[in-house]
Amino acid sequence: MADASYPEDLLYHPEHDWARVEGEQATFGITWYAQDALGEVVFFDPPKVGDSVSKDEAYTEVESVKAVSDVVAPLSGEVVAINEALEQSPDKINEDPYGEGWLVKVKLSDPAETESLLDASTYEASLQ
Amino acid sequence: MIREADDELTIFERSRAGRRAFVAPSLDVPERPLDELLAPALRRAEPPRLPEVAEPEIVRHFTRISKRNFDLDTGFYPLGSCTMKHNPKLHERIAALPGHAHLHPLQDPARAQGALELMWRLQQALGELAGLPHVSLHPSAGAHGELAGVLLTRAFHEDRGEHRSKVLIPDTAHGTNPATVTMGGYHVVAVGTDTQGNVDLDDLRAKASDDVACLMLTNPSTVGLFETGIEEIERIVHGVGATLYYDGANLNAIMGISRPGDMGFDIVHFNLHKTFTQPHGGGGPGAGPIAVSERIEPYLPRPQVVRRGGGSDEADAVYDLDYDRPKSIGRLRGFQGNYGVFVRSYAYIRSLGAPGLREVSEIAVLNANYLLAKLRQEGVLEYLPAAYDRLCMHEFVLSGAPMKRELKIRTLDLAKRLLDFGVHPPTVYFPLIVDEALLIEPTETETKETLDRFAERVAAILREAREDPEIARGAPHTTPVRRLDEAGAARRPVLRQRF
Repeated sequence: MADASYPEDLLYHPEHDWARVEGEQATFGITWYAQDALGEVVFFDPPKVGDSVSKDEAYTEVESVKAVSDVVAPLSGEVVAINEALEQSPDKINEDPYGEGWLVKVKLSDPAETESLLDASTYEASLQ
Repeated sequence: MIREADDELTIFERSRAGRRAFVAPSLDVPERPLDELLAPALRRAEPPRLPEVAEPEIVRHFTRISKRNFDLDTGFYPLGSCTMKHNPKLHERIAALPGHAHLHPLQDPARAQGALELMWRLQQALGELAGLPHVSLHPSAGAHGELAGVLLTRAFHEDRGEHRSKVLIPDTAHGTNPATVTMGGYHVVAVGTDTQGNVDLDDLRAKASDDVACLMLTNPSTVGLFETGIEEIERIVHGVGATLYYDGANLNAIMGISRPGDMGFDIVHFNLHKTFTQPHGGGGPGAGPIAVSERIEPYLPRPQVVRRGGGSDEADAVYDLDYDRPKSIGRLRGFQGNYGVFVRSYAYIRSLGAPGLREVSEIAVLNANYLLAKLRQEGVLEYLPAAYDRLCMHEFVLSGAPMKRELKIRTLDLAKRLLDFGVHPPTVYFPLIVDEALLIEPTETETKETLDRFAERVAAILREAREDPEIARGAPHTTPVRRLDEAGAARRPVLRQRF
């Protein structure tokens, strides 16, 4: 597993989720800190394409060898894609949390919500 | 299948066609055609594939694998919340007496008076310890006792025409609590924990309502602390008409000192396989009897073991199974429970007596506090601080977060490294609210020397990690099987072996 990292181009939610915003769409995932705290992820229970997710509310669960945990949506919108590769290889969430370990892509319903999210340095400072 | 170099073959892999461990005696009844005895449709076409092995091979195989097991008879087993204490050998002798061991569960009550009397007396003793008068021995394990409690709660409310939908559970609870509640048809509402490790009373007040059927609570809690606000909790819960359920997983800490019934609990379950020395953790079946208050009694499972007549002269008493319980939630299992467990638990209660049981709890609490103090003296708490800095009960929680940050080893690594020193690891990553949790329960049956050695070993592992964290990260090094791939076992389980 790689060392801790918090890419500058992402926005962060205090519940240890990230969003990569590209126009009206965003990709969601969990942060390095979250996957490290969870331990090895063994199962990801994806939402369905078309489901709506609400900022600050749980939209899915990940199961690790330690526990089952809720994953909170950093922004609101409608799910347009899920990372199907995670069904076979949920360990990608641990190995590459910001790349191949992405969880869902969402069409944002309120792009202005991004203003309340944290940048990388603020999020990283909150972990200390 | 991946094998260690010296791995043991399975008994099926040892099979060789035609090998036998016995020779059947010659037939001493007239031989009849098989078709007369059993219709062909009821018979299998091929014989089952059973291993064909000679007796010495069987003995060696099972003796060898039994030696690879970690058990309480070979080492310290401080598995928090599981109460892995010594199981006195006297109990085995008593449970093996032919009158106990050969008793048939369909025996007519008139011909099983001794067994029914033992069960009745066990009910009386458990009721006295709980401070609640009515006991059912039906449930087969702790979680089964919880299910009984939830079903009793439902029966109690519905009998009064009330249909409530929620059950409150602290966020420190055993995982079986929310599972049981869901199985019982209620919604789980989690109640928070305050900074002292107690139930957050403000959160409890906010969530208590007339839609709440029950609060399930463990006291001492799963963080090993006595709920100092228990009287206020009782007022809040009963104030909204809900029942108060006591998860007896931690009863080992309070026997003969305080009683759940006196705290206001309506329903209590006991883990006979924890507090009352039935071997568990692979050693045998459990039992999760329940004790209830007067208002819950009509709904207890049936049949109940009862004593009829006798009065002051016990010699005339007759023991029976009472099925005439119209409001009962019914049967929870076939027959009357795991009888051998009742025998061992009754033997334990009678051999210690009331003062002995109180001493059990006093020493369990003393041992836990001694071990915590010893770990502090050894400098362990610098890296594994106590989650709550209070006098603990029979167990305590440490957080491995500073150890992970500063020594680069996780709680899991420490746990695995302990195996190399012949110690079963404590419970890890539970309770969930403590980061990198380590839940340690030494129990009352361990000596001061064992506790000292444990504290010194943990300190030694931390010193070693400062030099070279890879040793703990690669542990265990001396066990028959090394670090297990837990994630692999969950992601790609091998559920069937063909041979």
